[in-house]
Amino acid sequence: MAERERSHTRPRGAVFVPRVQVMSADDVRRAITRMAHEIAERNRGLHEVVLVGLQTGGVGIARRLAETLADVEGADVPVGTLDVAFYRDDIGLRPVLPEAATDITTDLTGSTVVLVDDVLFTGRTIRAALNALGEYGRAQVVELAVMVDRGHRELPIRPDYVGKNLPTNREEMVDVSDEGVSLGELVSR
Amino acid sequence: MSGFPTHLLSMDDLDAAAIADVLLVTDSFAEVGRRANPKVPTLRGRTVATLFFEDSTRTRMSFETAAKRMSADVLSFAAGSSSVKKGESLRDTIETIQAIGMDAVIIRHSSSGVPARVAQWVDNCAVVNAGDGWHQHPTQALLDLYTVRQSLGGGQEGTEAFRGLRVTIVGDIRHSRVARSQITAYAALGAEVTLVAPATLLPPSLEGWPVASVSHDLDRVLERTDVISLLRLQAERGSGDYVPTMREYSTGYALTARRALQLPPEAIILHPGPMVRGVEIASEVAELPSARITDQVGNGVAVRMAVLFLLLGQGTLGGERHD
Repeated sequence: MAERERSHTRPRGAVFVPRVQVMSADDVRRAITRMAHEIAERNRGLHEVVLVGLQTGGVGIARRLAETLADVEGADVPVGTLDVAFYRDDIGLRPVLPEAATDITTDLTGSTVVLVDDVLFTGRTIRAALNALGEYGRAQVVELAVMVDRGHRELPIRPDYVGKNLPTNREEMVDVSDEGVSLGELVSR
Repeated sequence: MSGFPTHLLSMDDLDAAAIADVLLVTDSFAEVGRRANPKVPTLRGRTVATLFFEDSTRTRMSFETAAKRMSADVLSFAAGSSSVKKGESLRDTIETIQAIGMDAVIIRHSSSGVPARVAQWVDNCAVVNAGDGWHQHPTQALLDLYTVRQSLGGGQEGTEAFRGLRVTIVGDIRHSRVARSQITAYAALGAEVTLVAPATLLPPSLEGWPVASVSHDLDRVLERTDVISLLRLQAERGSGDYVPTMREYSTGYALTARRALQLPPEAIILHPGPMVRGVEIASEVAELPSARITDQVGNGVAVRMAVLFLLLGQGTLGGERHD
């Protein structure tokens, strides 16, 4: 969710300054391959599986997971996108802006939804996502895949598929992209 | 977010970046509107009052639907059935509403400047201008922009498509708060605005108005128009006295079927409503595929959700981190 923080945390347009790279582009690719295998292993056949990427950080990862699943399992897994801004519990406390409209075209009733995000932190985004997801049908199972679990949970939420467990300070910031994962700070311009 | 104001009183309150935010957030609320259950918990626990001192159907219904779809509680105040009838002043009415505790008040009044005055009286309450006299009607201009952006397709992101767009506004500009908001809005995004009206229906001075040109001849402007926005003759503000006859006005300024054919094929036709068919727009023109008048009404709800969300949802504590 690095992009979101960068563009919407006050002061607007603060910049991420990386301090250390913790995953290379190859590490990210390997993690995606492994998570795709884990998803396929747990949901044999992938018949009812729908990947839902959270706007905006989770969307690219969800697409890459779907591509990998197509390669290794020959399965055509649908990918949707979800924006949780209207379901957050901190509306009115801090600036909240939707990034892009939700795009889920299938009825999720009975399906296995794998929520995909880049960074798992307090868990509040996932809580909002679970509420938002309910508008698109009653999923049979909801699972969670994240590239980085950085700890500091404030809610009883845990991931099912993790790219990397990364111990962090609360003040640090994790940036996830196709080029890799970096740890750094958000600096006001 | 730094750029969104506390109140929305005039299009002058929004710069290009804030307008772009409204359009972006509207996309998300439009998606909510397409769902089987078009309701989100976003403004749960907030209270929104609509204070309409002047008649309105679409604007009031649009704002109230918008607030309810975001789970806000809505109080509806109509001057005709309130203590205003018993002689209560505007100030006291606002004090009462403030004492009950509102997060936003949406005001329409026949006098220009009332929402701005109310904004000075309230605390911790957003004021939205839903039309004041001849002055401003900002949410109408915003929903016009959204409808245009939707029609232009392609450039969904940002507002680049408005740069150099040729917008023609026709009709009773003198008495129109919609025109004043539209002109500011289009100009802020770099569109070229042309006004077309008989001299009597233009304001006495256009000094400081960001318009590219003014014409009294609609036929000569049509072929250089990408968006044509028609305005109603405002009989309740005495527009009828400014033209010899309605018939003569229609002869020169109505968008007839013949005139609609002179528009470029991609051009779109807008009207803020209520339409008076046969006066400013021919009935068959209002039914053309290029007429986006019902889209405007539909988009109105999503745009007003976006405005209320941006006014009430941004918060003041700011700067806190989240995942």
